[in-house]
Amino acid sequence: MTDINTLTVSRAARMLQGGECSSEELVSSLVRLIQERDGQIGAYLHLDEAGALEQARAIDRARAKGNVDPSNLLAGVPIAVKDILNVKGQPCTCASRILRGYVSPYDATDVARLRECGVVLLGRTNMDEFGMGSSTENSAFQVTHNPHSLDRVSGGSSGGSAAAVAADMAIAALGSDTGGSIRQPASFCGCVGMKPSYGRVSRFGLTAFASSLDQVGPITKNVEDAALLLEAISGRDEMDSTSLDLEPPCREGALRRDLKGIRLGLPKEYFVKGMNPEVEAAVKSAASLCSAAGAEIVEVSLPHTEYAIAAYYIIATAEASANLARFDGVRYGFRSDRAEDVLDMYENTRAEGFGPEVKRRIILGTYVLSSGYYEAYYLAAQKARTLIRSDFEKAFKECYALLAPVAPTAAYKIGEKCDDPLEMYLGDALTVPASLAGICGMSIPCGQTTDDLPIGLQILGPAFREENILRVGYAFEEVLERAGKSEGRGV
Amino acid sequence: MKYIASIGLEVHVQLKTDSKMFCSCRTSFGDKPNANICPVCLGYPGTMPTMNEKAICYTVMTGLMTGSSISNYSKFDRKSYFYPDMPKNYQISQYDMPLCVGGSVEIESDAGARSVALCRIHLEEDVAKNLHFANHSGVDFNRAGTPLMEVVTEPDMVSPDEALAFLLALKQILQYVGASDCNLEEGNLRCDVNCSVRPEGTETLGTKSEIKNLNTFKGVHDALAYEIVRQVEALQNGERIVQDTRRWDVDAGATFQMRSKEAAHDYRYFPEPDLMPVVLLQEQIDTWKKGLPELPGARRKRFVAQYGLPEYDARVLAGDREVADLFEQAASFNTDYKSVSNWIMTELLRHLSETGKTVASLPLTPKALADLVALVGGGKVTSTSAKEILGELMAHGGDPATIMQARGLVQVNDSDELSMFVNEAVADNPKSVEDYRKGKKAAIQFLVGQVMKQSRGKANPQIVAQLVRERIDAH
Repeated sequence: MTDINTLTVSRAARMLQGGECSSEELVSSLVRLIQERDGQIGAYLHLDEAGALEQARAIDRARAKGNVDPSNLLAGVPIAVKDILNVKGQPCTCASRILRGYVSPYDATDVARLRECGVVLLGRTNMDEFGMGSSTENSAFQVTHNPHSLDRVSGGSSGGSAAAVAADMAIAALGSDTGGSIRQPASFCGCVGMKPSYGRVSRFGLTAFASSLDQVGPITKNVEDAALLLEAISGRDEMDSTSLDLEPPCREGALRRDLKGIRLGLPKEYFVKGMNPEVEAAVKSAASLCSAAGAEIVEVSLPHTEYAIAAYYIIATAEASANLARFDGVRYGFRSDRAEDVLDMYENTRAEGFGPEVKRRIILGTYVLSSGYYEAYYLAAQKARTLIRSDFEKAFKECYALLAPVAPTAAYKIGEKCDDPLEMYLGDALTVPASLAGICGMSIPCGQTTDDLPIGLQILGPAFREENILRVGYAFEEVLERAGKSEGRGV
Repeated sequence: MKYIASIGLEVHVQLKTDSKMFCSCRTSFGDKPNANICPVCLGYPGTMPTMNEKAICYTVMTGLMTGSSISNYSKFDRKSYFYPDMPKNYQISQYDMPLCVGGSVEIESDAGARSVALCRIHLEEDVAKNLHFANHSGVDFNRAGTPLMEVVTEPDMVSPDEALAFLLALKQILQYVGASDCNLEEGNLRCDVNCSVRPEGTETLGTKSEIKNLNTFKGVHDALAYEIVRQVEALQNGERIVQDTRRWDVDAGATFQMRSKEAAHDYRYFPEPDLMPVVLLQEQIDTWKKGLPELPGARRKRFVAQYGLPEYDARVLAGDREVADLFEQAASFNTDYKSVSNWIMTELLRHLSETGKTVASLPLTPKALADLVALVGGGKVTSTSAKEILGELMAHGGDPATIMQARGLVQVNDSDELSMFVNEAVADNPKSVEDYRKGKKAAIQFLVGQVMKQSRGKANPQIVAQLVRERIDAH
């Protein structure tokens, strides 16, 4: 019998619809596995067993009465949510001490949309504090271990979501991506992770790190599931002025399983010196497989890539310095009790409430916005951002999508890069350009290292052309499976 | 040496929108603390602002009234500073691309009429209100997020009187546009003023001081009057003025330094990434332009030309949009324009100033007012009775003729009926009769007054005077 924890969303939907298992059974089974396994992995910050069972039973009852639309494949499917999205009545810590005691008074739009589909919200996953980090080591509460190798990081910042999916402790998960926070942990954990184009998905209810970069997206076991979840959460939201009124990407059209006649670009700047040779080889061999399947592979240039890290760490920290100013102990969350006056309260609350990486970025962001430095840093970074965006626009005039590595390495050892923030930042070099450009991107497993660590392939598409990357990703899954190289997937 | 002052104002105007600037909470004054709040205006994690179009409209309309150039492209920025009344610890405001640029406001002061140049008009969100108790402090967020329009002048005024005249003129425009109630008690208008002095004959402006948060027009006037003297005295004593931010202490009648320029905030402005830029199409601006009311000055001139009103009447009536509207609507029913004007300027305006009410809040209709004036003009009712009827109309509304009948206030013109009162008055007041006979013609007024009193104001005073004279002369 199938281990129901390993189900994908679409297979779970078929089993639920066929009466082969109930949502309650699915939730109970996942909860058992989480209780058994998560002690070692640390993917969850908060498991809502009672709430999830209640939702599951409600869906089961509705289904028994024939009140579930058969075209709704998400009904009754248990999904984990990164602890950065507000879920009404639940804590939303952002893995920070400063939000201790905070309970969300409202649902994020994406959460509300999933609820409407009857998705069961299983629990909240660990992350780097406020999304600031690439390894989920910056959580105030716990490190999330990589299910493929417990002494290695899960990636970040959505490491908890990726690890939960990779370890079959959730059918799928939501993460958020500011500079790679969905794609990179998906790559490290061997999942599919998609960052939608900026404006495709509502940010209302997503605790802001860098407002011009943040996007919510799915972390799943395959491309079809990513398409399913994206369809459910995308679309205009009156509460988010930056969300666009667009039809969701057409799932049937995107999943045509065919690479024939499309041109895929390999950006030469993404194959950097110092890159792990196994990663480079895996990505190049993925390109060869696509070529064999009928795609034309061309080399393209994105000449301003080298400015991306600097531009990203200026813009993201500038926005973060304002976004995180609200955590002051006045209205909600943690408040230091060592305070004589209001200034003391601010200083001690923030000193005790934020972790070192968050403080580092707030200070950096405050500095780059300061009078006299604004032009040299923030404005210059915005100009670089425009150049990076136009690099992609040019490339997409020729190419249907781009293929690239997600990160220069596979998952590294826990603690390996903790003491060197700059080294950690450089690990984001291949994911931040797409974030700055606002285009869509996806990480999909394409092989593994000799240590059996997953390697991700990054597929980048033009803004609001998620169909492109879904089509390439879906076709590549098929090609890879046929090539008999997919044993690296899953645990 | 004589000194010249240069005064600039920043006027914060709460706009009269139903909902707040960036969320759908109600804007209202005097509700229970924290009654009109939501996660957005409390700055909860994950919340985002969405724009209030009506606030944009009011700001643009104000800009059109002041001849400002309306930006087809403007944007919002974040202004960062920590204070418990700021839910996000940044205020969404407009930094380098405001909705309206330039423009001017016509003022009249003792020094004559002139125009005060505007620098800009932009839109932002109001902050909350801190409350301090014996052992703790609280924050009331009802006000947080109320649309706040900031009108910034050039340092273009030279005296406290001019600053006051500017505020009155601006208030008139705002009320004409309907952008704000301009209720000072409720904090609808709040001013920051900056002021410098320089020796007469020099061009370069002196070092300025800024006085924050003045809530009354008198406060603006008095603070400026004090500040000019302070600065001039300092210069005369050979001191240097340091650029600083000050506060006005009403009780002390003086300004005090809050912080020097060195301690000034660095607000770290940057574009608000949660809002799209405001792109106004010319057609949109034109639509709003068509909805603009006539300016008070133009209306005043038209009142003189169209209705033949004296300049004084026209100025009083046109000074308040609601009053002017009432006059014009009443004048469409009654062509005795001067009488309509008289009734508004005396009885009605007195009632408003005594009760603090506005025309809009009265149940009196323009038609009723016109009808009442016609009843007086047609000799149907005395002006004494008409005042009583108007009082009823302003209190409860209704039709003047009906009220007149119901209260028995129809003017008595019948000589036989009046003779009884006349005989009584003459018999009861022999001294006045004597005075009249001796040639004190004014004594007749006293006797007429007695008859009016006896008839409870209903007697036709002309007929009564005639009858009194006849009665005395007959004996």
